[in-house]
Amino acid sequence: MNRLLLNKIILMLSTLSAIIGISFLFWILATLTYKGVSSIHLSTFSQDLVNGGIRNLLVGQFTMAIIASLIAVPLGMFAGIWLREYSNGSKLASIIRNLSDVMMSAPSIVIGVFVYALFVVPFGGYNGFAGIIALAIMMIPIIISTTDNMLALVPKELREAGVALGGSKHKIILQIVIKAAKVGITTGVLLSFARIIGETAPLLFTSANSQFFTMDLTEQFPSLTVSIYNLATYPDEASRELAWSASFILTAIVLIINLTGRYMTRNKK
Amino acid sequence: MGGRLFKNFSFFSATLSFFILIGIFSILFTYAQDSIHQFGFDFLSSEIWEADEDDEDIGIFGGFIPIVGTMLSTTIAMIIATPLAMGIAIFLTEIAHKTLIKPVSIAIELLAAIPSIIYGMWGLFYFAPIIQSTFGGQGVGLLTAGIVLAIMIIPFMAAITRDSMNTVPDVLKESAYAMGATKFEVIKDVVMPYSKGGIIGSIILALGRALGETMAVAFLIGSVMQIPSKITDPTTSIPVLLANNFSEAQGLEMSSMYYLALILFIVSFIIISVAKFYFLGKKVK
Repeated sequence: MNRLLLNKIILMLSTLSAIIGISFLFWILATLTYKGVSSIHLSTFSQDLVNGGIRNLLVGQFTMAIIASLIAVPLGMFAGIWLREYSNGSKLASIIRNLSDVMMSAPSIVIGVFVYALFVVPFGGYNGFAGIIALAIMMIPIIISTTDNMLALVPKELREAGVALGGSKHKIILQIVIKAAKVGITTGVLLSFARIIGETAPLLFTSANSQFFTMDLTEQFPSLTVSIYNLATYPDEASRELAWSASFILTAIVLIINLTGRYMTRNKK
Repeated sequence: MGGRLFKNFSFFSATLSFFILIGIFSILFTYAQDSIHQFGFDFLSSEIWEADEDDEDIGIFGGFIPIVGTMLSTTIAMIIATPLAMGIAIFLTEIAHKTLIKPVSIAIELLAAIPSIIYGMWGLFYFAPIIQSTFGGQGVGLLTAGIVLAIMIIPFMAAITRDSMNTVPDVLKESAYAMGATKFEVIKDVVMPYSKGGIIGSIILALGRALGETMAVAFLIGSVMQIPSKITDPTTSIPVLLANNFSEAQGLEMSSMYYLALILFIVSFIIISVAKFYFLGKKVK
């Protein structure tokens, strides 16, 4: 009966692993809610960091993430379209696909260092543009891979139907193929947006941070995540409380965007 | 006409990730030149990291401490994460009731979506004190960083392992059950061998993630330039040293920072490539 016992033990340990994993999720979420909600006041949203609020940080973080998406989504989608629709499975396509896959897991701090050398040093200081470029570099490979994979799911017959109707290749891609893959690509965009909006490492020495409300991308730019890192290390209670509220709000934003993305594809499967 | 423009722009976008990768490599290499020239491969084994007292632009810099710190914290994370991630993947593919699979999968994926800075905050204020009262030390240090790093990579590893375990044909498992095999025997002798490539790939990929993880470790490893003598001792890692000291460095120290970034980038590149192309194969045909 030894093997039956062993079987039981292993199955119990596996179940236990799942319980441990989920407990950590709830532990972290509970901590954030408990510490975050109790320190949120109306002024948290109406004031800038210099006055103990996070208004400028939220605006700054969203501004950078949105502009980064405006750069990364078209570029990534076009790249994915080329890989799937134009490359005809060439050697070059497989090299690009592999490199972009590797880029997806590149350490984000290294991307920060790279952008620092290229867009901070020559311009004489931290600036919002550099932060945007760092985020865009993180996002492009994710969009490429999503587009590539989603276009692969579109049945060949749809493209053939387009050809039979006399459509030119780019019209077929734009009006038929992309439409068919719309939901999947949108989900990919939302998930990657949720990822870059929570990034800290690539912003540390690109956009850095600012205490004040600004929309000037040529200057240091306010960042929610970088502020959390700074605030958490200050010894005073007020800074820590603000760090907790900011963490709670950031996590809520990330998880809501993430769940929205997942919900969209839920009905498809 | 529009068609040609469309095609050319697609091609341009596709080559972009190639140029970014080449760009990162050459920029890091160029800026690291001074340090590479000065210290060569001894950089990897030298423990001293000191700017000259009179001239901040020069000094002696060696990467041994952050390199060892990175390896140790990653090792601890892998030792803890691997069995737990395997357990979760087995639970999701072989044990869980149909109604449980979805919510558990979503919970695990949300765990992966939480930004790393949040793990750092939570780890510093809630987890470090527990480690301190259980194992002694100062709270922050190798062990704390390693455990929180493990929690961060578990969902990632579990998801890929689950996907590859899901590819095992039911008929193979059913045949084994028909021979009287227990669930564990089916997992050990059918599922694991069949999805071996995917499992090893997921472990190596998670290793690549852990090596480059910055923010959570920055909160938790203690950021002290020393070789740890105990597992609870604070030390530093390559990403953490970069995060904390990169922007203030100058001259040769700055160049040495680029050298460290280059080392991290090359090691990650190799690890991720091995995982993706040797073990996980190409996902899309």
